[in-house]
Amino acid sequence: MSKTLFDKIWEKHIVKEVEGGPSVLYIDKHFIHEVTSPQAFKGLEKRGISLFRPQQIVATADHNVPTINQHLPIKDELSRLQVQQLKENCAHHGVELYGLGHPYQGIVHVIGPELGITQPGMTIVCGDSHTSTHGAFGAIAFGIGTSEVEMVFASQCLMQSKPKLMRINIEGELNKGVVSKDIILHIIALISASGGTGYFVEYAGSAIRSLSMEARMTICNMSIEMGARGGMIAPDETTFAYIKGREFAPQGEAWEKKLAEWKTLYSDADAVFDEELHINAADIEPMITYGTNPGQGIAVNGKIPSGSDNAKALQYMGLEAGKPLLGMPVQHVFIGSCTNSRIEDLRMVASLIKGKRKSDKVQVMIVPGSQQVSKQVKAEGLDKIFEEAGFEIRQAGCSACLGMNEDKIPAGEYCISTSNRNFEGRQGAGARTLLASPLTAAAAAITGVVTDVRELI
Amino acid sequence: MQALSTIHSRFVPLQMENVDTDQIIPARFLKATTRDGFGKNLFRDWRYENNDEAKPKADFVLNQPKYSGEILVAGKNFGCGSSREHAAWAIQDYGFKVVVSSFFADIFKNNALNNGVLPVTVSENFLQKLFAQGEAATVTVNLEQQTITIDGTGEQEKFEINAYKKTCLLNGYDDIDFLLSIKKDIEAFELQR
Repeated sequence: MSKTLFDKIWEKHIVKEVEGGPSVLYIDKHFIHEVTSPQAFKGLEKRGISLFRPQQIVATADHNVPTINQHLPIKDELSRLQVQQLKENCAHHGVELYGLGHPYQGIVHVIGPELGITQPGMTIVCGDSHTSTHGAFGAIAFGIGTSEVEMVFASQCLMQSKPKLMRINIEGELNKGVVSKDIILHIIALISASGGTGYFVEYAGSAIRSLSMEARMTICNMSIEMGARGGMIAPDETTFAYIKGREFAPQGEAWEKKLAEWKTLYSDADAVFDEELHINAADIEPMITYGTNPGQGIAVNGKIPSGSDNAKALQYMGLEAGKPLLGMPVQHVFIGSCTNSRIEDLRMVASLIKGKRKSDKVQVMIVPGSQQVSKQVKAEGLDKIFEEAGFEIRQAGCSACLGMNEDKIPAGEYCISTSNRNFEGRQGAGARTLLASPLTAAAAAITGVVTDVRELI
Repeated sequence: MQALSTIHSRFVPLQMENVDTDQIIPARFLKATTRDGFGKNLFRDWRYENNDEAKPKADFVLNQPKYSGEILVAGKNFGCGSSREHAAWAIQDYGFKVVVSSFFADIFKNNALNNGVLPVTVSENFLQKLFAQGEAATVTVNLEQQTITIDGTGEQEKFEINAYKKTCLLNGYDDIDFLLSIKKDIEAFELQR
């Protein structure tokens, strides 16, 4: 019988079926971070049990860390305690930790792939909804809650019902100035912030095949923003070339063996999906959001739609239906987050702004996704370009994407952000977020207003 | 986990769609390392003016004494966004045992179930009927029968829950109890891969 990519991986990880209930799904890799793990460690201790497979867990500190002076003790007491707790828990339970100061530290969804830990055919979980990012490698990867983190600690398994499957096919060539962030914002605007709920999504088609791994990660990353549990892309030569030679990638004979296995990971030609969507790549324009959920997006040169469900969002955003966003002043530009903080994203920004200076009216913050990305930025001299442009480069972390540390956008001010959520108060109480691609964000940094990047390239 | 069976209560109507977990509990409250005390920050930025507990926003339902009860009724796609279980902890700590919506985001739904908070999915039509009730109206949620009833009118709907989760909730078991009981199967699975 023909199978989907999802089915092939899912079936290989079922330990047991439970009558009238979910399946027992085996988890290959478990990423943890400081914010959603402490209560799970406490739960284990309360039950008097130890970690079942500590060597299958990798930890980092990202959500709640400062992005300046990371060599100094963290100023905020609660944040310091939380990061310290992670350190103690990992030491106590024998978990590998890439904490502050470690050369591998960074946003959990950036470091997993860049270290070669994330591989095709795996089941991967993390107490973070953007775990869907890892699906770009042809893995079943999804976010879980803290009780589930504790389950994986205790048994390396989760009780999971099989989701419905959706395939989104994007065929053709992308227009000038359109990048993978625009593809995913276009999809979410099309099917809404809840259009994928209950589904696992496979992205396919020639437009997807032509993307780099970084670009594919951006798309899978935001699957959760349409409600989908995860997103995935069948591995191909681009995937294999990306993984080969990375720190934790298989080597020698093991590589050949894995490679043969990975090459079987695709949806069979006549595999059936519960839902299928076809999008013409040429229809996608540079996108921007105007509202308070990621489905409220338009082409950057479009007009804000009217409609009763927009009223509350527009009031919060201080915007009016029927008006364009183009030309509207912004006060902040944030380039970072697990969606768009990889080296390719930063190269994209650098190539657009090289030799230019930011507008005096905006503050621009670039937060690389990991220590390794920071290192690469310096090696390629991108830091000089950013400095000359007046951009501030920070140290790795989640930063202003979720406003948990001190990197916040002030109430009432507008921020063009390469992150993934424009929820009310997400970037700080009262902050107004416009989600866009790194190119569109960089364009606004130069002009100080919402800009159609196609006019600058 | 606490066992749950029948809840008979008034309800708090939160007539909004796409309520995300950043609204349920903003990120700045996620610095705790225990599960306790999140209720006081539930819907923090909708509840208070400028984050000031002395200035409750009068138009927000949690600040309106006419609404109370152990049931929260909200618009579709409740709990979307971040996987933070703190959202379920905040709802539970505040005193809600049931959340009713026309549909829930997947991760929130699991988080709620794992904490003994019952997510009840009803039709959009039934949801609107609930919103149309007066503040004194009561609702009965019967987990055993899988029904939700508006007591005043007798209108009733069946809701879905998988048999395994239902047994867990009725008995106060959790998944870890079950997973630990099949550890031998898990070890055998690892060996044959």
